[in-house]
Amino acid sequence: MSTFPISAPSWAKLPRRHMPVLATLALLLVMYGIGVSQYRAFSNVQVVFNVFIDNGFLLVIAVGMTFVILTGGIDLSVGSVAAMTAMVSAWLLQSGLPALLVLVIALLIGPTLGFLMGCAIHFFDIQPFIVTLAGMFFARGMCTFISDASIPITDGFWTTMSQYRIGDPRGNFVSISVLVAFAVVLIAAYVLAYTRLGRNVYAIGGNPQSALLMGLPVGRTRIAVYTISGLCAAIGGILLSFYTLSGAPLIAIGMELDVIAAVVIGGTVLTGGSGYIFGTVLGVLVLGVIQTLITFDGSLNSWWTKIVIGGLLFAFILLQRLIGIRYK
Amino acid sequence: MTDSRPVLTMTGISKSFPGVRALHNVDFRLLPGEVHALMGENGAGKSTLIKVLTGVYGIDEGNVTLDGEQVAFNGPMQAAAAGVSTVYQEVNLCPNLSVAENIFIGREPRRFGAVRWGEVRRRARQLLARLDLDIDVTAPVASYSLAVQQMVAIARAIDVQARVLILDEPTSSLDAGEVAQLFRIMRQLRDEGIAILFVTHFLDQVYGIADRITVLRNGTLVGEYPIAELPQLALVEKMIGKELDVLDRIDEQPRPTTAAIESGAPFVQVSQLGRRGAVAPFSLTIHAGEVVGLAGLLGSGRTEVARLLFGADRADRGEVQVDGARTGLRNPVQAIERGIGFCSENRRAEGIIGDLSVRENMILAMQAARGWLRPIPRRRQDELVDRYIKALSIRPANPDMPVRNLSGGNQQKVLLARWLITEPRLLILDEPTRGIDIGAKAEIQRLVVELSDGGMAVLFISAELEEVLRLSHKIAVMRDRELVAQLDNDDTVDADRVMQTIASGTEREEASR
Repeated sequence: MSTFPISAPSWAKLPRRHMPVLATLALLLVMYGIGVSQYRAFSNVQVVFNVFIDNGFLLVIAVGMTFVILTGGIDLSVGSVAAMTAMVSAWLLQSGLPALLVLVIALLIGPTLGFLMGCAIHFFDIQPFIVTLAGMFFARGMCTFISDASIPITDGFWTTMSQYRIGDPRGNFVSISVLVAFAVVLIAAYVLAYTRLGRNVYAIGGNPQSALLMGLPVGRTRIAVYTISGLCAAIGGILLSFYTLSGAPLIAIGMELDVIAAVVIGGTVLTGGSGYIFGTVLGVLVLGVIQTLITFDGSLNSWWTKIVIGGLLFAFILLQRLIGIRYK
Repeated sequence: MTDSRPVLTMTGISKSFPGVRALHNVDFRLLPGEVHALMGENGAGKSTLIKVLTGVYGIDEGNVTLDGEQVAFNGPMQAAAAGVSTVYQEVNLCPNLSVAENIFIGREPRRFGAVRWGEVRRRARQLLARLDLDIDVTAPVASYSLAVQQMVAIARAIDVQARVLILDEPTSSLDAGEVAQLFRIMRQLRDEGIAILFVTHFLDQVYGIADRITVLRNGTLVGEYPIAELPQLALVEKMIGKELDVLDRIDEQPRPTTAAIESGAPFVQVSQLGRRGAVAPFSLTIHAGEVVGLAGLLGSGRTEVARLLFGADRADRGEVQVDGARTGLRNPVQAIERGIGFCSENRRAEGIIGDLSVRENMILAMQAARGWLRPIPRRRQDELVDRYIKALSIRPANPDMPVRNLSGGNQQKVLLARWLITEPRLLILDEPTRGIDIGAKAEIQRLVVELSDGGMAVLFISAELEEVLRLSHKIAVMRDRELVAQLDNDDTVDADRVMQTIASGTEREEASR
C-alpha cells in the first residue's frame, strides 16, 4: 500500500519555532558583550547577579503573564496588584499582625482577584483587556484607599528577607528574592511542559474553538491562567516589598507594560499558542541589561531605557511576523 | 451485515429551537462495520442530529441507545469516552501543537501527573501507522496539508476504542487524491468493525463508499435505504422532495457556440501574467459572454489566477489588456473600476460580513465603487436589493435579516448579488457552489448561464468537474501552479479527458495557442 508523499516542509521543524527565543538569546549575548567591552567593571559576576536582584519581582510577574499571553489573553492588572499586595503587607504589618499571617493574607489577594477576573472573562465572555483594565484601576484605587502616603516596613522577618545575602567567598551574592524567582520559573516551566494544565494553555492559545471541541476544559483553564497570573503578581508584590521595604500607592505604575514587553521580547506570540518560560527569563534579562548598560554609561537619561525597549519590542514583533509564527 | 444488531439506535428524536423545529420524530440506526451516509439539504437537520447524538444539544424527545443500553451524553468528551467520536467539517486541531500532542491532548499518558512525552510519541506513531501514514509526529500540525490534518483528527477520534465514528463533511476541503486516501482508511476502519456515520454534500462520494443511506428533509426522516436500491437521481429527489429538472434544463438550453463568442472582441486579454511562488506565467483570453472554466486540483493555482486577475495579488510579470487597452491591475479598486468582480472561495472569511444585514452586504461593493462620500439613496437600495432577492430567490426574503442567520447557499447568493449589483463585465466565481446544497447549487449554475447569455463574461472556478463541463465554453486546466491546457468545451471533451489533462499535464500544445 502506498503512503502519501508527506513530509513537513523543513522550515516548519524545530529551529523555526525556536527562532524568537534564539534571537533574544543572541541579542542578550551581544548586549552583554558590548557592556563587557565598554566597561571594565561590567564583567564582574555581581553585575549579572544584580540584574536578577533588581528584576526578581519583574521575572515572577512575567512568568504569570506568560501563562495568560499563551492562551491569547492579556492581564493589565499585574502592576497594580503587585503594588496593592505590597501596600496591604505594609499596612497589616504596621497594624501589628504577625509576619506569616500577613504573608498568607497578602498572597491570597492577587489570586482571588485573578480568579474573579478569569470568571468574568469566561462566563460573561468579556475581552480580557477590559476586564483586567478594570482590575488594574480597582487595585490601584485600593492602594490609595489604604493610604495615600508610603508606609515603611520595619518588621523583622521582612528586613531579614530583604537584607539576607546568599553569596560565595569572593563576595558575590544574590538575595532571597532571586531564589524565589528561580523557584517560580522552574515550577512554571514544568507545569507548562509536563502537565495537562500547561498543555491545555497552549491548546487554547492555538485555537480555542478546537480545544473546546476536543473536549478540553477551556473555561477552567482560562480561569486558572488569570488566577496564576494573580498569584505571580502577588508573589511579585511581596518581593517588591522586600526590595523597597515599604508599601507605596504609586509604585509599579506601568509595570504591566514592562512585563508584557519582556514576555513578547522573550518570544511569546501575543496571539497565543507559542512561547516558552525560558524566553520570558531572557526577555526580563534583556530589559535588565539595558538598564544596567544605561546606568553604567552614566551620561544617559534613564528614559533611554524606554526608547530602547520600544525599538526592540517593535523589532521582535516584526521578527515574529516575518518568520510567520502565526497560526490564526 | 444486515442481520447484525445495531450498535447505535436513535428513536423518535425531536429537537426544537426557539421558533424552529429542527428535528421531528426522527429514527436512525447504525450497524457495526458499515459506512452509513446521512443525506439532506442544508437545514434538513443533519448537523442537529449529530449534535443531539454527541450531547452538544439536549434531546427534547426520544431515545438513544448504544449497544442496547440507553445513553444520554452531556458533551462530545463523554460521547467519545463511550466510543462515539466525531470529526468535524472544519478540522478541529490546535495548529501550534505537534501531531502527537493533537492526538492525545486531554488524555495523555501520565506518570505522577507528568505527561510521558516518549509514550505519547510512540503511541502516536503506532496509531498513524494503522492509518498508513508515516509522518513526523513532533512537527506542528499546521505544517501539514489539510488532508493530513484530517487524518490526524481521525487518528484522535479512533484512539479511544471508537465503535462509532462520525465524519461531518470530512471531504469538503480535500482534493480527489486526498479523498481516495480518506476512503481507503474509512474502508479499513469499517472492516475492523467500526460503524461510520458519513455526512457529505458530494453525491458521487456517497456512491463511492456508503453501504446505506438515511435521508432527512426539513427535520423529518424520509427513509433509510441500502445504496443499491437508491439510484442517484432518486436520492436527489428524496432530498429535495421534488423532481429535479433544473440541471437538465441547463443541458438542453441552446448555448451560443464558442466560435460565435470568440468572434467578438476579447474583454480581457492576459499575456504571460505570473507571480513568483504563486502561479507560473499564463496567457488567457476571455470574451464577453464567455464562461471560462478553471479546473484543477486543490492548490493547483486556481485561486491564485483569480486573485491576479482581480488585483488582489500583484503580478510580477506579464500584462493585462482590458478592452484592448493595457492596464495594470494593481489592486481590487482598479479591477472593480474596469468592471471585474470577484466572489471569493472563502465566503465566511473574505466575503460575507455576518453581522450586517442582507441589504448592507449586497450594496457593499457598489458603495465602495461609488466612494463612501456618495451614499446610495435608500430608495435605490431597496429597489436593487428587492430585485436581486427575487432574481436569486434568496430565502428568507428579508433584506434586514443579518446574513449570518442565512444558510450557506443563501449567503453565497447574497455574495453573488453584491457583485451583480455593480454590473461587472467579468465576474470571477471561485468555488461558488462549495458546501451548499444541491438545490442552491442548481440555481447558481442556472444563474451563471443566464448571466453569460446576457453578455457577462464569467471565470468559473470549481473542484467539481461536472459543473465546469456543464457551464463552460472553454476550460483552462491548472496543474502544479501552471496553466497546462485550454480545451474548447465541445463534444470531444468529457470529464475523463479533463482528468487526464490534470493528471498528466499533456495537451500542452493547446496551451500555446
